[in-house]
Amino acid sequence: MLPEEITKFIGQSTGGIRVMEVEKGSIRRFAESVDDPNLLYCDEEYARNSKYGSIISVPGFFGWPAKGVRAGGQMGGIPELNAALAKNGFGRVLDGGMEYEFFCPVRAGDTLAATSFIKDITEVEGRTGKMAIMITETTYLNQNGDLVARARGTSIRR
Amino acid sequence: MAKQLYWEDVKEGDEVTPLPKVATRQMMVKWAGASGDFNPLHYDDSFAEAQGVGKPIVHGALKRQWLVNLMTTWMGDEGTLKKFSCLYRVMDHPRLMKTTSEPHDGPTWWCKGKVIKKYVEGDAHLVDCDIRIENGKGEVTTPGTATVILPSRG
Repeated sequence: MLPEEITKFIGQSTGGIRVMEVEKGSIRRFAESVDDPNLLYCDEEYARNSKYGSIISVPGFFGWPAKGVRAGGQMGGIPELNAALAKNGFGRVLDGGMEYEFFCPVRAGDTLAATSFIKDITEVEGRTGKMAIMITETTYLNQNGDLVARARGTSIRR
Repeated sequence: MAKQLYWEDVKEGDEVTPLPKVATRQMMVKWAGASGDFNPLHYDDSFAEAQGVGKPIVHGALKRQWLVNLMTTWMGDEGTLKKFSCLYRVMDHPRLMKTTSEPHDGPTWWCKGKVIKKYVEGDAHLVDCDIRIENGKGEVTTPGTATVILPSRG
Protein backbone atom coordinates (compact mmCIF):
# COMPACT_ATOMS: atom_id res chain seq x y z
CA MET A 1 0.00 0.00 0.00
CA LEU A 2 1.38 3.42 -0.88
CA PRO A 3 1.44 5.87 2.04
CA GLU A 4 -1.02 8.73 2.24
CA GLU A 5 1.75 11.26 1.78
CA ILE A 6 1.94 9.96 -1.82
CA THR A 7 -1.68 9.02 -2.57
CA LYS A 8 -3.03 12.37 -1.35
CA PHE A 9 -1.75 13.83 -4.64
CA ILE A 10 -4.12 11.71 -6.75
CA GLY A 11 -6.54 14.06 -8.50
CA GLN A 12 -4.34 17.07 -7.89
CA SER A 13 -3.22 19.51 -10.51
CA THR A 14 0.52 19.59 -11.15
CA GLY A 15 0.35 23.36 -10.80
CA GLY A 16 -1.05 26.14 -12.93
CA ILE A 17 -1.12 26.55 -16.68
CA ARG A 18 2.05 25.92 -18.64
CA VAL A 19 2.32 28.30 -21.59
CA MET A 20 4.18 26.89 -24.58
CA GLU A 21 5.02 28.80 -27.72
CA VAL A 22 5.30 26.54 -30.73
CA GLU A 23 8.06 28.06 -32.80
CA LYS A 24 8.90 27.18 -36.40
CA GLY A 25 12.58 26.55 -35.64
CA SER A 26 11.75 24.32 -32.66
CA ILE A 27 9.45 22.19 -34.80
CA ARG A 28 12.18 21.75 -37.40
CA ARG A 29 14.80 20.83 -34.80
CA PHE A 30 12.43 18.33 -33.20
CA ALA A 31 11.69 16.62 -36.53
CA GLU A 32 15.39 16.54 -37.44
CA SER A 33 16.30 14.98 -34.10
CA VAL A 34 14.28 11.86 -34.94
CA ASP A 35 15.21 11.82 -38.66
CA ASP A 36 11.69 12.74 -39.83
CA PRO A 37 12.08 14.57 -43.17
CA ASN A 38 8.37 15.45 -43.60
CA LEU A 39 8.19 18.77 -45.46
CA LEU A 40 4.99 19.77 -43.64
CA TYR A 41 7.19 20.54 -40.61
CA CYS A 42 9.77 22.75 -42.32
CA ASP A 43 8.95 23.83 -45.91
CA GLU A 44 6.75 26.96 -46.05
CA GLU A 45 5.71 26.54 -49.67
CA TYR A 46 4.99 22.83 -49.34
CA ALA A 47 2.92 23.40 -46.20
CA ARG A 48 1.04 26.30 -47.83
CA ASN A 49 -0.06 24.00 -50.65
CA SER A 50 -1.17 21.27 -48.23
CA LYS A 51 -4.53 20.90 -46.50
CA TYR A 52 -3.01 22.69 -43.50
CA GLY A 53 -2.11 25.91 -45.33
CA SER A 54 0.91 26.52 -43.08
CA ILE A 55 3.71 24.71 -41.28
CA ILE A 56 2.39 22.31 -38.66
CA SER A 57 4.05 20.77 -35.66
CA VAL A 58 5.01 17.12 -35.41
CA PRO A 59 2.15 15.31 -33.65
CA GLY A 60 3.37 15.01 -30.06
CA PHE A 61 5.44 18.21 -30.11
CA PHE A 62 3.68 20.95 -28.21
CA GLY A 63 6.51 23.44 -27.99
CA TRP A 64 9.84 23.64 -26.20
CA PRO A 65 10.61 22.51 -23.57
CA ALA A 66 8.57 19.31 -23.80
CA LYS A 67 7.65 19.32 -20.14
CA GLY A 68 6.84 23.01 -20.21
CA VAL A 69 7.49 25.56 -17.53
CA ARG A 70 4.99 25.80 -14.70
CA ALA A 71 3.19 29.03 -13.90
CA GLY A 72 5.69 29.73 -11.11
CA GLY A 73 8.67 29.21 -13.43
CA GLN A 74 9.56 25.72 -12.18
CA MET A 75 9.76 22.69 -14.42
CA GLY A 76 6.95 20.14 -14.37
CA GLY A 77 5.97 17.77 -11.58
CA ILE A 78 4.97 18.41 -7.97
CA PRO A 79 8.07 18.86 -5.77
CA GLU A 80 6.38 17.58 -2.58
CA LEU A 81 5.18 14.47 -4.40
CA ASN A 82 8.63 13.79 -5.86
CA ALA A 83 10.12 14.20 -2.38
CA ALA A 84 7.57 11.81 -0.86
CA LEU A 85 8.27 9.25 -3.59
CA ALA A 86 12.02 9.53 -3.04
CA LYS A 87 11.61 9.20 0.73
CA ASN A 88 9.66 5.98 0.27
CA GLY A 89 12.19 4.33 -2.01
CA PHE A 90 10.67 5.39 -5.33
CA GLY A 91 13.31 7.98 -6.18
CA ARG A 92 14.35 6.76 -9.62
CA VAL A 93 12.23 7.71 -12.60
CA LEU A 94 11.61 5.97 -15.89
CA ASP A 95 9.22 7.07 -18.58
CA GLY A 96 6.65 4.27 -19.02
CA GLY A 97 4.59 5.27 -22.02
CA MET A 98 2.26 7.81 -23.56
CA GLU A 99 -1.22 8.03 -25.05
CA TYR A 100 -2.46 10.86 -27.21
CA GLU A 101 -5.75 11.92 -28.70
CA PHE A 102 -5.42 14.69 -31.30
CA PHE A 103 -8.29 17.07 -32.04
CA CYS A 104 -6.84 19.72 -34.32
CA PRO A 105 -3.42 20.53 -35.78
CA VAL A 106 -0.79 22.45 -33.88
CA ARG A 107 0.72 25.11 -36.12
CA ALA A 108 3.99 27.04 -36.08
CA GLY A 109 3.17 30.26 -34.24
CA ASP A 110 0.56 28.74 -31.93
CA THR A 111 0.67 29.39 -28.21
CA LEU A 112 -0.58 26.43 -26.22
CA ALA A 113 -1.80 26.28 -22.64
CA ALA A 114 -1.18 22.94 -20.95
CA THR A 115 -2.75 21.84 -17.68
CA SER A 116 -2.06 18.51 -16.00
CA PHE A 117 -3.30 16.52 -13.08
CA ILE A 118 -2.27 13.28 -11.42
CA LYS A 119 -4.81 10.70 -12.57
CA ASP A 120 -3.55 7.81 -10.46
CA ILE A 121 -0.59 6.44 -8.51
CA THR A 122 -0.52 2.71 -7.85
CA GLU A 123 2.04 0.31 -6.46
CA VAL A 124 3.07 -2.76 -8.43
CA GLU A 125 5.57 -5.53 -7.86
CA GLY A 126 8.09 -5.66 -10.70
CA ARG A 127 11.09 -7.86 -11.49
CA THR A 128 13.40 -5.43 -9.71
CA GLY A 129 11.11 -4.83 -6.72
CA LYS A 130 8.26 -2.49 -5.85
CA MET A 131 7.41 0.32 -8.26
CA ALA A 132 4.95 3.20 -8.17
CA ILE A 133 3.16 3.81 -11.46
CA MET A 134 2.01 7.39 -11.90
CA ILE A 135 -0.41 8.48 -14.59
CA THR A 136 -0.60 12.18 -15.49
CA GLU A 137 -3.27 13.58 -17.79
CA THR A 138 -2.59 16.76 -19.74
CA THR A 139 -4.96 18.92 -21.75
CA TYR A 140 -3.61 21.28 -24.42
CA LEU A 141 -5.61 24.29 -25.61
CA ASN A 142 -4.45 26.72 -28.29
CA GLN A 143 -4.63 30.53 -28.27
CA ASN A 144 -8.22 30.37 -29.61
CA GLY A 145 -9.31 28.15 -26.74
CA ASP A 146 -9.61 25.13 -29.06
CA LEU A 147 -8.84 21.73 -27.57
CA VAL A 148 -5.80 20.60 -29.48
CA ALA A 149 -4.83 17.36 -27.75
CA ARG A 150 -5.08 15.24 -24.64
CA ALA A 151 -2.16 13.22 -23.34
CA ARG A 152 -1.89 10.52 -20.72
CA GLY A 153 1.67 9.82 -19.63
CA THR A 154 2.90 6.96 -17.48
CA SER A 155 5.88 7.43 -15.19
CA ILE A 156 7.53 4.51 -13.41
CA ARG A 157 9.05 5.34 -10.01
CA ARG A 158 11.34 2.77 -8.42
CA MET B 1 6.57 12.26 -51.10
CA ALA B 2 4.83 8.86 -51.50
CA LYS B 3 1.48 8.35 -53.25
CA GLN B 4 -1.45 9.22 -50.99
CA LEU B 5 -3.09 6.26 -49.25
CA TYR B 6 -6.88 6.09 -49.42
CA TRP B 7 -9.18 4.26 -46.99
CA GLU B 8 -10.38 2.06 -49.86
CA ASP B 9 -6.80 0.88 -50.49
CA VAL B 10 -6.45 -0.57 -47.00
CA LYS B 11 -7.62 -3.96 -45.75
CA GLU B 12 -7.57 -5.45 -42.29
CA GLY B 13 -4.37 -7.47 -41.93
CA ASP B 14 -2.31 -5.17 -44.17
CA GLU B 15 1.18 -4.27 -43.00
CA VAL B 16 2.01 -0.59 -42.43
CA THR B 17 5.08 0.27 -44.55
CA PRO B 18 8.03 -0.55 -42.23
CA LEU B 19 10.31 2.34 -41.28
CA PRO B 20 13.96 1.79 -40.27
CA LYS B 21 15.61 3.98 -37.62
CA VAL B 22 19.10 4.06 -36.11
CA ALA B 23 19.57 5.43 -32.59
CA THR B 24 22.98 6.95 -31.96
CA ARG B 25 24.53 8.85 -29.05
CA GLN B 26 24.44 11.88 -31.32
CA MET B 27 20.69 11.47 -31.84
CA MET B 28 20.32 11.47 -28.03
CA VAL B 29 22.08 14.84 -27.95
CA LYS B 30 19.95 16.26 -30.77
CA TRP B 31 16.80 15.04 -29.03
CA ALA B 32 17.85 16.53 -25.70
CA GLY B 33 18.31 19.92 -27.33
CA ALA B 34 15.11 19.67 -29.36
CA SER B 35 12.88 18.45 -26.54
CA GLY B 36 14.43 20.14 -23.52
CA ASP B 37 14.84 16.77 -21.76
CA PHE B 38 18.38 16.91 -20.39
CA ASN B 39 18.13 13.81 -18.23
CA PRO B 40 21.69 12.38 -18.04
CA LEU B 41 20.16 8.90 -18.19
CA HIS B 42 20.52 9.29 -21.95
CA TYR B 43 24.14 10.46 -22.31
CA ASP B 44 26.08 10.01 -19.04
CA ASP B 45 27.58 6.56 -18.47
CA SER B 46 27.95 6.78 -14.69
CA PHE B 47 24.48 8.24 -14.15
CA ALA B 48 22.90 5.56 -16.33
CA GLU B 49 24.69 2.86 -14.35
CA ALA B 50 23.61 4.39 -11.02
CA GLN B 51 20.00 4.40 -12.25
CA GLY B 52 20.25 0.67 -12.95
CA VAL B 53 20.02 0.73 -16.75
CA GLY B 54 23.65 -0.16 -17.56
CA LYS B 55 24.58 2.24 -20.33
CA PRO B 56 22.67 5.34 -21.49
CA ILE B 57 19.31 4.42 -22.99
CA VAL B 58 17.22 5.80 -25.83
CA HIS B 59 14.55 8.20 -24.56
CA GLY B 60 11.14 6.54 -24.56
CA ALA B 61 9.67 9.71 -26.02
CA LEU B 62 12.12 9.57 -28.91
CA LYS B 63 10.93 6.04 -29.74
CA ARG B 64 7.39 7.33 -29.50
CA GLN B 65 8.19 9.89 -32.18
CA TRP B 66 9.66 7.17 -34.38
CA LEU B 67 6.29 5.41 -34.20
CA VAL B 68 4.47 8.69 -34.91
CA ASN B 69 6.76 9.00 -37.96
CA LEU B 70 5.78 5.46 -39.00
CA MET B 71 2.11 6.45 -39.07
CA THR B 72 2.43 9.94 -40.55
CA THR B 73 4.54 8.57 -43.42
CA TRP B 74 2.04 5.80 -44.12
CA MET B 75 -1.10 7.96 -43.86
CA GLY B 76 0.27 10.66 -46.19
CA ASP B 77 -0.34 14.43 -46.17
CA GLU B 78 -4.11 13.94 -46.48
CA GLY B 79 -4.30 11.55 -43.54
CA THR B 80 -4.75 12.59 -39.91
CA LEU B 81 -3.32 10.92 -36.83
CA LYS B 82 -6.23 10.73 -34.41
CA LYS B 83 -5.08 8.52 -31.55
CA PHE B 84 -1.79 7.07 -30.51
CA SER B 85 -0.37 5.07 -27.62
CA CYS B 86 2.82 3.21 -26.83
CA LEU B 87 4.64 1.59 -23.91
CA TYR B 88 8.39 1.84 -23.39
CA ARG B 89 8.58 -1.78 -22.37
CA VAL B 90 12.17 -2.75 -23.15
CA MET B 91 15.19 -0.46 -23.05
CA ASP B 92 17.19 0.31 -26.15
CA HIS B 93 20.83 1.44 -26.18
CA PRO B 94 22.06 3.74 -28.95
CA ARG B 95 25.06 3.11 -31.18
CA LEU B 96 28.24 5.01 -30.34
CA MET B 97 29.74 7.44 -32.84
CA LYS B 98 32.62 6.58 -35.20
CA THR B 99 32.99 9.98 -36.91
CA THR B 100 31.40 13.35 -36.31
CA SER B 101 28.32 12.21 -38.20
CA GLU B 102 28.43 8.42 -38.60
CA PRO B 103 27.79 5.82 -35.96
CA HIS B 104 29.63 2.56 -35.50
CA ASP B 105 28.06 -0.51 -37.06
CA GLY B 106 25.27 -1.84 -34.95
CA PRO B 107 21.56 -2.53 -34.81
CA THR B 108 18.86 -1.01 -36.98
CA TRP B 109 15.50 -0.64 -35.32
CA TRP B 110 12.37 -1.30 -37.35
CA CYS B 111 9.06 0.47 -36.80
CA LYS B 112 6.23 -1.75 -38.01
CA GLY B 113 2.47 -1.96 -37.86
CA LYS B 114 -0.54 -3.97 -38.88
CA VAL B 115 -4.07 -2.83 -39.72
CA ILE B 116 -6.49 -4.46 -37.33
CA LYS B 117 -9.75 -2.63 -38.06
CA LYS B 118 -11.21 -0.27 -40.64
CA TYR B 119 -14.50 1.51 -40.04
CA VAL B 120 -16.53 4.66 -40.59
CA GLU B 121 -17.75 7.04 -37.88
CA GLY B 122 -19.90 9.87 -39.22
CA ASP B 123 -17.86 11.44 -42.03
CA ALA B 124 -14.56 9.99 -40.89
CA HIS B 125 -12.96 6.90 -42.44
CA LEU B 126 -10.79 5.34 -39.77
CA VAL B 127 -8.15 2.66 -39.49
CA ASP B 128 -6.87 1.16 -36.22
CA CYS B 129 -3.37 -0.32 -36.20
CA ASP B 130 -1.20 -2.27 -33.81
CA ILE B 131 2.31 -0.81 -34.01
CA ARG B 132 5.71 -1.74 -32.60
CA ILE B 133 9.45 -1.13 -32.67
CA GLU B 134 11.65 -4.18 -33.10
CA ASN B 135 15.29 -3.94 -32.01
CA GLY B 136 18.27 -5.43 -33.80
CA LYS B 137 17.37 -8.88 -32.47
CA GLY B 138 13.77 -8.66 -33.67
CA GLU B 139 12.44 -8.23 -30.10
CA VAL B 140 9.52 -5.87 -29.62
CA THR B 141 10.75 -3.07 -27.36
CA THR B 142 7.96 -0.54 -27.85
CA PRO B 143 4.45 -1.87 -28.55
CA GLY B 144 1.56 0.45 -29.24
CA THR B 145 -1.59 1.35 -31.13
CA ALA B 146 -2.58 4.10 -33.53
CA THR B 147 -5.77 5.32 -35.20
CA VAL B 148 -5.62 7.34 -38.41
CA ILE B 149 -8.30 9.04 -40.48
CA LEU B 150 -7.69 8.44 -44.18
CA PRO B 151 -9.16 10.26 -47.15
CA SER B 152 -11.87 8.37 -49.01
CA ARG B 153 -12.49 8.23 -52.73
CA GLY B 154 -16.17 8.60 -51.87
